[in-house]
Amino acid sequence: MREIAVSQIRDTVRELCLKANFELRKDVLGAIKSACKKETDARAKGILKSIIENASIARNKKIAICQDTGMVSVFLDVGIDVRITGGNLEDAVNDGVLKAYDKGYLRKSVVDDPILRNNTKTNTPCVIFTDIVDGDKIKVMVSPKGFGSENKSRIKMFNPTSSIEDVKKFVIDVVKDAGPDACPPLVLGIGIGGTFDKAAHLAKKALTNAIDKKNDKRHIAKIEKELEKEINALRIGPMALGGKTTVLGVNILGHPTHIAGFPVAVNVSCHATRGASKTI
Amino acid sequence: MNQIKLNTPITKEKAATLKVGDEVLLSGTIFTARDAAHKKLHEMLGKGKRLPINLVDAVVYYAGPAPAPARRPIGSCGPTTSSRMDVFTPALIKLGLRGMIGKGDRSDEVHKAIVKHGCVYFIATGGLGALLSMKVKSCRPILFSELGTEAIHKLEVKDFPLIVGIDTKGRDIYDKKK
Repeated sequence: MREIAVSQIRDTVRELCLKANFELRKDVLGAIKSACKKETDARAKGILKSIIENASIARNKKIAICQDTGMVSVFLDVGIDVRITGGNLEDAVNDGVLKAYDKGYLRKSVVDDPILRNNTKTNTPCVIFTDIVDGDKIKVMVSPKGFGSENKSRIKMFNPTSSIEDVKKFVIDVVKDAGPDACPPLVLGIGIGGTFDKAAHLAKKALTNAIDKKNDKRHIAKIEKELEKEINALRIGPMALGGKTTVLGVNILGHPTHIAGFPVAVNVSCHATRGASKTI
Repeated sequence: MNQIKLNTPITKEKAATLKVGDEVLLSGTIFTARDAAHKKLHEMLGKGKRLPINLVDAVVYYAGPAPAPARRPIGSCGPTTSSRMDVFTPALIKLGLRGMIGKGDRSDEVHKAIVKHGCVYFIATGGLGALLSMKVKSCRPILFSELGTEAIHKLEVKDFPLIVGIDTKGRDIYDKKK
């Protein structure tokens, strides 16, 4: 049994929140740079260049990549041989978020209640997902996500007899409906299978995977690639002003499901898809 | 494609010279206002009150800036989604509001009000909060400061990069993309 103090978890969450908001993910920046080279539409190319410049200003001057520094999702993969000591895990994670958002001059966008809507002024609470895994370590992953794109996310319960083409059409319609509001070029996290809630969770988790890494299952990787190609052929482009860059990456995560069901969730994310992780 | 240097306040005559798709570098004073501030202004108007802010020939920026780091006037400050403000917008245009800055398209009602009163809708690129913050010279909350980031802030900007999204004739940059 290895002991990990909650203070270490708190400090890790704090460090990762700052990193995620100031340093655009390497895979995302890489995809933008490569899209910029290939883009032929003058305005689209200009916007992609601005996105690259924005990332560089954010990193060098420690100014948030986007003012919508999001509601933070924190994923904790906790090793079964870890004993967490010195306090409450949830409080420690929230304390880490609070400290990062205070120290980093990050925007506080969380309200205490969806109906009463008073800003908590701390950007907490965050949303915490805990998985128990093998080993004696904790993997901490933070994903601050803005709501311009979150608001465009959708879920649909397909019939088990629905075709892949039906699913692809749904995803493409989600992208069309998102239009300029979700800040394309987009990153899509898609969850298929499981239950209503599992599919949504998988969609969010898919966004934390590197966009240049495809699903291990060949039939799913094929859908990821086809969707990328078909969505970019829509010529929605950066900020929906035209161009060949509409999506930077599509990540799908699957799960076994029920004989009667075929849930599909699409978590839409913007060109400033942020995240950072560390194992302690 | 034209690139135009423009200063606030924007007169009706000046607004009429802008065409959809024009690239504009805006300098002068702009006011931030997003969901909560719009709701408050709307409630004031509903009670028949005069607004505590003069919107004639003014420009409103749909944005909730991040706090200012040391030695900076403002934190990250890109645009938010304009359509959430659509229900409140025609009333403000009627009061003389000349320009709006945001991202995404607008409702038919906003379109009509734009044409009727000679207003302009500008698009700023979303997700460029760090870059856009470099174009802001000063920032202070002037109204509803209790709303934090959602307060109305007065910003002085220099060469703030915009694209004309809807011009005074109602031509819309998103029309041909639909």
